Amino acid sequence: MTVDPKSLYQEVILDHNRKPRNYGRLEHPSHRAEGLNPLCGDHIHVALELAGDTVAAIAFHGESCAICKASASMMTVAVKGRNQGEARTLAREFVDMATGRLADGDVAHLGRLAVFSGISELPMRVKCAILPWHTLQAAFDAVATTSTEAEADPMHTPIGDA
Amino acid sequence: MKVMPRTGELDVARVRADFPILALTVAGKSLVYLDNAASSQMPRPVIDRLVRYRTTQHANINRAVHYLSETATTEYEAAREKIQRFINAREAREVIFTSGTTDGINLVAQGWGRRFVGAGDEIILTVLEHHSNIVPWQMLADEKGATIRVVPIDDSGELMIDDYEALFSERTRIVAVGHVSNALGSINPVRRMIAFAHARGVPVLVDGAQAAPHLAVDVQELDCDFYAFSGHKMCGPTGIGVLYGRAALLESMQPFKGGGDMIHTVTFEKTTYAPIPHKFEAGTPPIAAAIGLGAAVDYLSALGMPAIAAHEHALLRCATERLQDLPGVRIVGTARSKAAVLSFVVEGIHPHDVGTLLNQEGVAVRTGHHCAQPLMKRLGVAATSRASFAFYNTLAEVDALVAGVRSAQKVFG
Repeated sequence: MTVDPKSLYQEVILDHNRKPRNYGRLEHPSHRAEGLNPLCGDHIHVALELAGDTVAAIAFHGESCAICKASASMMTVAVKGRNQGEARTLAREFVDMATGRLADGDVAHLGRLAVFSGISELPMRVKCAILPWHTLQAAFDAVATTSTEAEADPMHTPIGDA
Repeated sequence: MKVMPRTGELDVARVRADFPILALTVAGKSLVYLDNAASSQMPRPVIDRLVRYRTTQHANINRAVHYLSETATTEYEAAREKIQRFINAREAREVIFTSGTTDGINLVAQGWGRRFVGAGDEIILTVLEHHSNIVPWQMLADEKGATIRVVPIDDSGELMIDDYEALFSERTRIVAVGHVSNALGSINPVRRMIAFAHARGVPVLVDGAQAAPHLAVDVQELDCDFYAFSGHKMCGPTGIGVLYGRAALLESMQPFKGGGDMIHTVTFEKTTYAPIPHKFEAGTPPIAAAIGLGAAVDYLSALGMPAIAAHEHALLRCATERLQDLPGVRIVGTARSKAAVLSFVVEGIHPHDVGTLLNQEGVAVRTGHHCAQPLMKRLGVAATSRASFAFYNTLAEVDALVAGVRSAQKVFG
């Protein structure tokens, strides 16, 4: 099947939709967050384990469209092994690309994630692509801001440098 | 107003020529517009009527003695009479102009409900309802300490009428039910439900947003107490809708909004309200939109609602059979009596991906939960794709829908 190269549903996205990487749950996540798009019903969970400042493990699961699932899958591949600062920068750059705020040609450093650059032409689908990245950021942020909840929530235990 | 012969059968090619937007191309393909349940398109006579109003008739209504104000007032009230005839209300004053179905339901929940629903009382809704026929009642129930009771459906999407009847108690104050489900297309047996409620002295509001564009609605024959619908789903403009209410009930209600146009006399000590319908039309209404809706019901009446229903039913039947035959496609909502709406899921492809891929073929459908999250939960699906038909759709467009779904399946392998 040949797909219009300009179209969003390129083989790499379809492949990650069919065989999502790092799909599932972590036994002992240090950070996690839930992302929900009430408009379309995309609903994903992102969990990660920081070793020092490095993303040692990351996983996601949930119900979502192919764009969201592929974006989440490729995100986990892209941030695993990176430190938190790098992952946050990548998240920011991905969101900029998906919302059309990067100039043309600037997507090269995003590597394979650049397959999502066409999404900026489909405003209704942008949120599907960026939901995993927002959820990742929320997972990081939860550490800094939700220590009391972390005590109450067994899933939310040892935080960051614990 | 173009006069159409009432032949009982639609000349679809001729009808389509009335809708300029249907000639658009999208993604290089002819537009196939199958999102009519969300909003329908506007025919030339309605567009022309709006232009004529704006270019030769506009002023504020009910105020001045000058020519334009008198003209605008006359045309606005003439639109009300057209709608009265369209739904066969007894009197024009039973037709309240609202901003849409949502506004009409809120008017009843606030204007009637706050007066007649109290702590411990019960409101009957159905699991098929659009959020706009759920949330206003929840807000009322929260404020008053009332309870919502919900009529279930069977797996085909038909209301379970025995359960409906069993929900009634001494505390039942009102029933609010959709005439046609926006998500599944089920036509509910509202006449029978109304008769049962009335035998217990309980009034019934019918959400007619998805029925008024497709069925001949006769509020006297239904014997409903309130009937709410929207202009933009029946070839009229956005921002205008209608709440029909039985005159005695409307008179018993508190106004929902206060302001100009809805008063008789105002002093700082006491205000007396204008008689219905003006009591419920505070402020300057969308005059042009109301007149446009009048032109829209003229257009629909000229085609004839029975002819419209017959054509749409043929489209629905054909689309249902064709999609059912595709491996991996499941129709969601198989009630025996349905109107113009076809919800489906494609195995292995999320509805949003189906929608985006159909769009690449020029086919416009709605995907998502259709503002009916409790229904989606009951059906065990997060979302569906929904093709919804209007009288200007064709069998060739059904072909395009089916081809688009097959092509989406190929993309996903």
